[in-house]
Amino acid sequence: MVKLEIKNLNVWFGEHHVLKNISLKIPEHAITAIIGPSGCGKSTLLRTLNRINDLVPGFKIEGSILLDGKDIHSKDVSVAEIRRKIGMVFQKPNPFPFSIYENIAYGLRINGIKSKRKIDEIVEKVLKHVGLWDEVKERLHHSALELSGGQQQRLCIARAIAVEPEVLLLDEPCSALDPISTFRIEELMVKLKEEYTLVLVTHSMQQAARVSDFTGFLYLGELIEFGETDRIFTNPENKLTEDYISGRFG
Amino acid sequence: MRKAVEIGGIAFCLISVLFALLSLFLILFFIFINGIKVISPSFLFDFPRKAMTEGGIFPAIVGTFLLSLGAVFFSLPLGVMTAVYLTEYATSRRIVKLIKIGINNLAGTPSVVFGLFGLAVFVKLLGFGVSVLSGSLTLGILILPVIIRASEEAIKSVPRELREASLALGATRWQTVKNVVLPSALPGILTGAILGVGRAAGETAPILFTAATFYTAHLPRSLFDEVMALPYHIYALMTEGTFPEKQVPIAFGTAVVLLLLVLGINSFAIWLRYRRRRAW
Repeated sequence: MVKLEIKNLNVWFGEHHVLKNISLKIPEHAITAIIGPSGCGKSTLLRTLNRINDLVPGFKIEGSILLDGKDIHSKDVSVAEIRRKIGMVFQKPNPFPFSIYENIAYGLRINGIKSKRKIDEIVEKVLKHVGLWDEVKERLHHSALELSGGQQQRLCIARAIAVEPEVLLLDEPCSALDPISTFRIEELMVKLKEEYTLVLVTHSMQQAARVSDFTGFLYLGELIEFGETDRIFTNPENKLTEDYISGRFG
Repeated sequence: MRKAVEIGGIAFCLISVLFALLSLFLILFFIFINGIKVISPSFLFDFPRKAMTEGGIFPAIVGTFLLSLGAVFFSLPLGVMTAVYLTEYATSRRIVKLIKIGINNLAGTPSVVFGLFGLAVFVKLLGFGVSVLSGSLTLGILILPVIIRASEEAIKSVPRELREASLALGATRWQTVKNVVLPSALPGILTGAILGVGRAAGETAPILFTAATFYTAHLPRSLFDEVMALPYHIYALMTEGTFPEKQVPIAFGTAVVLLLLVLGINSFAIWLRYRRRRAW
């Protein structure tokens, strides 16, 4: 099943043509990794999928992005609803300067969940889901900024899944973390794909190889190759892909 | 020769710095020297007596307090919302620039002009009379640029990542502003509000025709009563007093109180700003 379909996508920032004619089908309940050297446009691609780039001055887009066959830019869907359905975890952990509890409760309240009991329930559920509950259950009302970087990132993932998205976009979620925290996040991603569709942008080819089911290689704004991760890493069709994954440039 | 020019240049800069500091020191020194002897608890907490040749300045302190708080009460919501528009919503740089030119012009308008405006609009047209309300509204407009600028800085310093985190959860822009941006910017906005209080407390001309009175026997009982105020009290004693030998010291004493008040308020704002910087 295709969850997200990208058709002939072109993106500009001002005069700069960042993404060039990208077409891609992202399968449901799988992890799709986007790899490529710095500046190839992989973060831009990800940030276009939940329309968070709409806010960047000079952003211009052509082509279409379909979520379950429906264009995310169509007039009769609200941006807010699209962003709720397509959650995002950022490169640098960015918890709100609120308590651990409030970080999760905030997303629930803005999406119309008011009952305290219901919120308590979901907070506990998602914190357990990301393996943070035992570490923080005694200090739910302490500032989230007291947590370590790895814990903050897991809190951000908990916050994202609390609003029940269908797709989760992860923009180099481990680049600011130590190896142990990275390992825990990777484990979590594999667990999450049972319920969600994950799109992972990473500059680490090892990470893509370890956790993803499909991999796309992006170079200078073009999608060079896309396929099952095993095939891309063992038997790439394109010379550029081969050079990149064997570390000849990047 | 080049060396002499170099030393001369540095010396000129240093002398300029000294001169600036000396001016501040001299102002403080002469005001205090002339005013400190009348300061006492009864000076602060008594009403004026005997045609203002004796007694205290309590009603003027209360009046200044009311006027400056009233000014912030009116201009804080307006100023913060203006800053939100400029930083979060305005998409055209041209329009932002135009609005900012307007705000700068407002900041550059002579304060006596605000006084005349207040007289024409609040006192006469809207019929609020010479009152706390008219004075607060006039001062509110005067400090609007201070509040807008401080709020703008504070809102801009909220990291973009926090806005994006909120939007990515499906929050609308207004929800994001209200729940994430403004709470994070609050210390900076408060700093601006306090600077506004300090500014409003020290102004004379805007309240000259809109709020201030030479003497009242009672504290204002409603927003429509006129009040005494510290800066106007000084002005009145110096220009309309009939017993200068008794009233000039009282004017200097009032100046000491006003000065300490404004310096205190500004120091508090600076402290608040400093604390915020450390917290981030």
